[in-house]
Amino acid sequence: MSPSIKKRALRCALGAALLVLALILPLAGPWRILPYFVAYQVVGSDIIAKAFGNLKNRRFLDEYFLMTVATLGAFYIGEYLEGVAVMLFYQIGTLFQDMAVNRSRASIAELMDIAPDTANLLVDNQVTVVDPDEVAVGDTIVVKAGERIPLDGILMDGSGTVDTSALTGESVPRYVQPGDQVLSGCVNLAGILTLRVTETFEDSTVSKILELVEEASERKAKTENFITRFARYYTPAVVGLALLMAIIPPVFFAQPFHDWLKRSLIFLVISCPCALVISVPLSFFGGIGGASKKGILIKGGNYLEALAQSEIVLMDKTGTLTKGHFKVKDIFARTLSQEALLEYAALAESQSNHPISLSIVEAYGKPLNKELLASATEISGHGVHAVVDGKQVLAGNQVFLEKHFVQFPEDFPFPRASTEVHIAIDEQYAGTITLEDEIKTEAAEAIASLKEQGIRRLILLTGDKKEVAETVAATLGIDEVYSELLPGDKVAMVDKIFKEKSDKGKLLFAGDGINDAPVLTRADIGIAMGSLGSDAAIEAADVVLMDDNPAKIATAISISKKTMAIVKQNIIFALGVKFFVLALGALGMANMWEAIFSDVGVSVLAVLNAARALRLK
Amino acid sequence: MKKKFKMKNLGCAHCAEKMVDVIQKIEGVQDVSINFVLQKMTLTADDNRFDQIVEEAKKAISKIEPDCTLA
Repeated sequence: MSPSIKKRALRCALGAALLVLALILPLAGPWRILPYFVAYQVVGSDIIAKAFGNLKNRRFLDEYFLMTVATLGAFYIGEYLEGVAVMLFYQIGTLFQDMAVNRSRASIAELMDIAPDTANLLVDNQVTVVDPDEVAVGDTIVVKAGERIPLDGILMDGSGTVDTSALTGESVPRYVQPGDQVLSGCVNLAGILTLRVTETFEDSTVSKILELVEEASERKAKTENFITRFARYYTPAVVGLALLMAIIPPVFFAQPFHDWLKRSLIFLVISCPCALVISVPLSFFGGIGGASKKGILIKGGNYLEALAQSEIVLMDKTGTLTKGHFKVKDIFARTLSQEALLEYAALAESQSNHPISLSIVEAYGKPLNKELLASATEISGHGVHAVVDGKQVLAGNQVFLEKHFVQFPEDFPFPRASTEVHIAIDEQYAGTITLEDEIKTEAAEAIASLKEQGIRRLILLTGDKKEVAETVAATLGIDEVYSELLPGDKVAMVDKIFKEKSDKGKLLFAGDGINDAPVLTRADIGIAMGSLGSDAAIEAADVVLMDDNPAKIATAISISKKTMAIVKQNIIFALGVKFFVLALGALGMANMWEAIFSDVGVSVLAVLNAARALRLK
Repeated sequence: MKKKFKMKNLGCAHCAEKMVDVIQKIEGVQDVSINFVLQKMTLTADDNRFDQIVEEAKKAISKIEPDCTLA
C-alpha cells in the first residue's frame, strides 16, 4: 500500500470516529454543528483545499468543487450528518477506486514486464552489465540460464532451449543452435547463449510488442469515444439542472427552498461520470493486455470492438491453415535429368520468397551457382520468368506457361490434388515438380471453434489449385472455397463478399501477412500470422497471432466478446443507477446516502468489474 | 519532437481527458495523448519551443490535478 493511500485510510477512520462522537454528544441548539464541522474538516480538508484552488482557476465543474458545494449545502439546510457522511463516503469510495485502479495497473505492468532492464555486454572476454539501450547492432551479448533475452540477435555460441511464452502465449520450449535467430523477450532455459545483436533495443521484438500494446489504447473504440463525448455533456447538464431546481420552484412557484435545495444537492453529488470514464478504457486495455498474454496482439480498442461482431471469416490456405512449408514430392522430368530440372527450377526461384520457391531451393539442397542466373522476374500468382545459363526459363502454374504458348504433352495429367510447378526451358515443356504442404495440427480445432463462436460463413481463399484447396476444405469442414485466385482476384473477392454481410457484422481475413497485405487492409479486421516477429505482418495487420496458430482467431473473438460484455454491463449499470437516483432525487424521493452510492459506489463496482477483462480466457 | 513522460498520481481518468484538451491548445503542440492505465503522456511538439511547452503542460496538469506531476 502506498503511503498516501495509508494516510487517506487513516483520515477516513479518524473522520468516522469523530462522526460517531458527534452523534452521541448531547449537544443542543446552535452548538450541535460544532463536532460535525470538526469531523467534516478532518475528512474533507484536501478536497476543500482543491475546491478553492479550482475556484481561483474558475473551474466550477470539477468534482472536488461540486462535492464541496454539495456537502456545505447539506450543512446549510441543517443535515449535518449527511454533510459529513457524503464527504466521508466520497473519500472512502475514491480510496477504494484508486486501490482497484492501482491493482489493475500493477497487473498490467506485470503483464508488460517482459523487457529486461539489463544486458550482459561482452567486450574482450569481459562481461559488463549495461542498459540494453546502450547495446549497438553488431555487439556481442551473453544470456545466462534463466535470464530473459534483451535484444534480437543471431546465436553465435552455445545451444539450448528458449521459452517463447512471453511472445506467443505458449510455453513450448524451442531448441536453438548457432546460426539461429533468437528473439528478445524469450527466456533462456538452460546453458549460456552468446549472441551477436542484430537489432537495437528499440527495434527489438519485445520493445515493438510493448509499444503496440501501449499504442493500442490510442486507437479508441466507438464505445470509448461515446463515453468521452457523453462525459463532456453529462456534468454540465446535471449541474445546470441542479441550479434550475434550486431557483425556479422556490422563486416562481413559491415552493419551500430547503426542500428543492436538497434535491439539487443530490444532483451535484451524482454529477461525476467517473464510473464510466475510468472503467470503460480500463476494460478495453484489460482485454487487449489479456489477449497479448496469449500471443494475440490486438492493435486497437476499435479492432477489439469489431472482433466481437465477427460475422464472416475468410482464410488464406498456405501458411494459415497449412504449415506453408512445402515438401517436394515428385519430379517428372521430360527432356533432362531430374537433378538438372531441379537445378534450373531452384535457380529461377532463388530470388523469390514465396513458400513454394523456398521449398524448391531447399529441395535442391546444394549451393546455387548464382552466376548462371542472369535475371529473374516474379509474376505474382503465376510464377517466375528467369534467364538461366542463357536459356529462357519459366517456372509456374499451368495458366502461366500456357500464356507463354508452352505446349503441354498429351499424356500430361499428373496427380491433381497436389501443388505443381511446371517448368519450360526455351518455351519447351521440360517437366513438373509436385509439392505437398501439411495441414497444421490446430487447423481443425480452429475451424470448429470459429463455428462455435457463431461465425456465419467460413471461406477459404487461395491461389492454389482447385483440387488441393477442396481437399483441404473438406478435411477441415470449410463449406466455401474459392481457389486459383491471383492476388488481385482475392481483393475483388473480398469486395464482393463484403457486400453480402449484414450492416453490423464484420469481415475478418486471416493470412500469413507476406503476400496478402492488400487483402489484410481491405477487410474490417486483417489478422496476420506473425511468424514470431515478421515485420511486414505486424505492420499490415490489425491483429497479429504471434505463434501462427489459427485456433487463436476464435480465442481473440471470444476475448473481445467477453470484454464488450463487461463494457456493456458497466455502461448499463452505471447509467441505470445514476439516472434512477437522479429521477428519484428530482421527485424528492432520494436522499444523500443513495446519491453518494450512485456516485462512488458504482465507480468502485465498475472498476472491479472492468478488472475482470485482464483475466479473460 | 516526440517524447514520452511518466506521470505520477494521475488519479482520475476524467481529468486525463481534460488535460489532453488543455495541452492540445498550447501553441506548438502537434499531438498529445495520455494513457491513463499506464500513466504515460506522449507529447509531439515543435522542437524550438519544446522545453517551454513541457513547462506549460506541467502547469496545466497541476491546475487540473494538483498532486499529479510529470517525471
